Amino acid sequence: METVEITCPDQVFLDKLDRELKIEPKDWMPEPYRQTLIRQISQHAHSEIVGMLPEGNWITRAPSLKRKAILLAKVQDEAGHGLYLYAAAETLGISREKMYQQLHNGKAKYSSIFNYPTLSWADIGAIGWLVDGAAIMNQVPLCRNSYGPYARAMVRICKEESFHQRQGFEILLTLSRGTPQQRAMAQDAVNRWWWPSMMMFGPPDASSPHTQQSMRWKIKRFTNDELRQKFVDICAEQATILGFSLPDPLLKWNATTGHFDFGPINWDEFNQVINGNGPCNKERLDARRKAWDDGEWVREAAEAHAAKQKTKAAAA
Amino acid sequence: MHTDWPLWEVFIRSKQGLDHKHVGSLHAADAQMAIENARDVYTRRMEGVSIWVVQSSDIHASNPDDAESLYDPANDKAYRHPTFYDLPDELRHM
Amino acid sequence: MQTMPASLLPDTTIINTNARISYVLYLADNALILGHRNSEWCGHGPALEQDIALSNIALDLLGQARHLYQYAAELYNQLNPSAPVTEDHLAYLRDVRDFRNCLLAEQPNGHWGQTVLRQFFFSCWQYYFYQQLQHSNDTQLQAIAIKSLKEVTYHLRWSSEWVIRLGDGTAESKTRMQQAAADLWPYTHELFQPAAFEQEAVSAGYGVTPGSIEKDCLGRIQHIFSEATLSVPVTQPGLHSGGKTGVHTEHLGFILAEMQFLQRAYPGSEW
Repeated sequence: METVEITCPDQVFLDKLDRELKIEPKDWMPEPYRQTLIRQISQHAHSEIVGMLPEGNWITRAPSLKRKAILLAKVQDEAGHGLYLYAAAETLGISREKMYQQLHNGKAKYSSIFNYPTLSWADIGAIGWLVDGAAIMNQVPLCRNSYGPYARAMVRICKEESFHQRQGFEILLTLSRGTPQQRAMAQDAVNRWWWPSMMMFGPPDASSPHTQQSMRWKIKRFTNDELRQKFVDICAEQATILGFSLPDPLLKWNATTGHFDFGPINWDEFNQVINGNGPCNKERLDARRKAWDDGEWVREAAEAHAAKQKTKAAAA
Repeated sequence: MHTDWPLWEVFIRSKQGLDHKHVGSLHAADAQMAIENARDVYTRRMEGVSIWVVQSSDIHASNPDDAESLYDPANDKAYRHPTFYDLPDELRHM
Repeated sequence: MQTMPASLLPDTTIINTNARISYVLYLADNALILGHRNSEWCGHGPALEQDIALSNIALDLLGQARHLYQYAAELYNQLNPSAPVTEDHLAYLRDVRDFRNCLLAEQPNGHWGQTVLRQFFFSCWQYYFYQQLQHSNDTQLQAIAIKSLKEVTYHLRWSSEWVIRLGDGTAESKTRMQQAAADLWPYTHELFQPAAFEQEAVSAGYGVTPGSIEKDCLGRIQHIFSEATLSVPVTQPGLHSGGKTGVHTEHLGFILAEMQFLQRAYPGSEW
């Protein structure tokens, strides 16, 4: 008879991570892992839902029927993505309603980028190219994160997102080949969205408190700075195809590092926006709260009707 | 405090002849709404030809702690697999 | 200062004197304007799942509108090949008086109950209408009807269920729905009153007699309302009509101002 080895659950958990096995909802997991996931997934879900608003602004003003259909489908996809993510977070024992509460009372964060206004049609192009581009950069590695439901949601999301960045690039390309007014409109949009997009990767590694732990847990696969550099390298090249400049005088190819150097990011602005003082924080949260409050009687009525039907079915 | 509509698990048959496969979950007030929501949420890109929904609270799952006793015993029953049997090469159609 | 080349604007005389183009535009405008209204909900629905559902309906309607505008443009260009138009010219460069959509489609969204009820009335009409249009002797209209009917069948089912749910839900939801029914009902009547271009369409064999589907529509509405424990409002004929001849409510002007802004501000540009 072999001796029975007593393994503590923590060891089993870490062992699974090392063997690249997924953690599933009913598996034992350390409480901080659960809490980190809830925080990260719900933030991600909120970002999708709040992110519908700046682009949604332009659905009714899209300049052609084709663009209107594409934009509506794209914003609708974001609702779907929010939904997949909320569902993934729910497997960790938090309700969607609770997450909404945290969003509505300002406790939960979402991506700061969505607190900037969409001022022209070209912003829809710039968001697709830069914001979705940055999001995809963040999201592709998340398809391999250690939590099964989150990883599966991300696979679905990445599959659906693949057209989002392309449609943005195509909008900008069309504008860059258009009238001088259209070119100016597009360059202005790129100028306004560039730095906020750079901030989407989060604070620099040196001041990112959760990075090391999240990497150990395989929730995160690359650091903020690694992903940001990748983003800069790709965008710098794509900008030349579009014929637009990026608003960074220090942006320059560095043959030694094999990467583009870039100028300092205004982290003060980032912190201001994250802490609620961005240009549209109030509008965004007000819109979300209003949608929720206005919908209350509808949700109640649907439930009341379902209860009546159940009673009827039971009596029959 | 008002609560969410109940949670439902969604299973979709992606094409005729295949099994239904779990694709995700959603909230709905009743089964009818759950099917329609599943159609709107999970088949926007022609992913399905048939939908099942099951209220999540009705699903009973095995306990991951029982995994060893439930699944390991099947490990040493190699004779259940066709490759276990050593048959002459000239034998055809078996 | 750049000025709009005159040829960009569709020639309304051609449209107004051609019954077939008018007819196709009537159907196109209906779908576009209601789709536009529904799309205003995107991001603001009462539940994420329903936000997605209504956007799907908006996308279906927008798709129908595009097929119809493309066909109208084809008809128009046959008559006026020197200054051809596209679906976008027809959607973005006609003014209020040239739009032919029914008044129901342009009514504001109001609350969720008003939106689903507006959808129910409209889908109910569209359902019976497209069923008939499948027998049109115009093969293009026939094909559009066959394709659209699949979508509309779902819209009708979805909106019927919501009417029932909210009618037979809570006391509050019932009150709201009964009020919404009273507000919207007067706008349903015009759908069954034939405009001149419809009469021509019927005699030429490509159109549907509007009055011929009224009984079926009313029957369906009565059935769903009774399940919803709502009462069907009393008819007030004739007061709210004119959409088909371009006499709209004030709402349409604002819809077009928003929708057409870019095409008007930057004329002749590619987007």
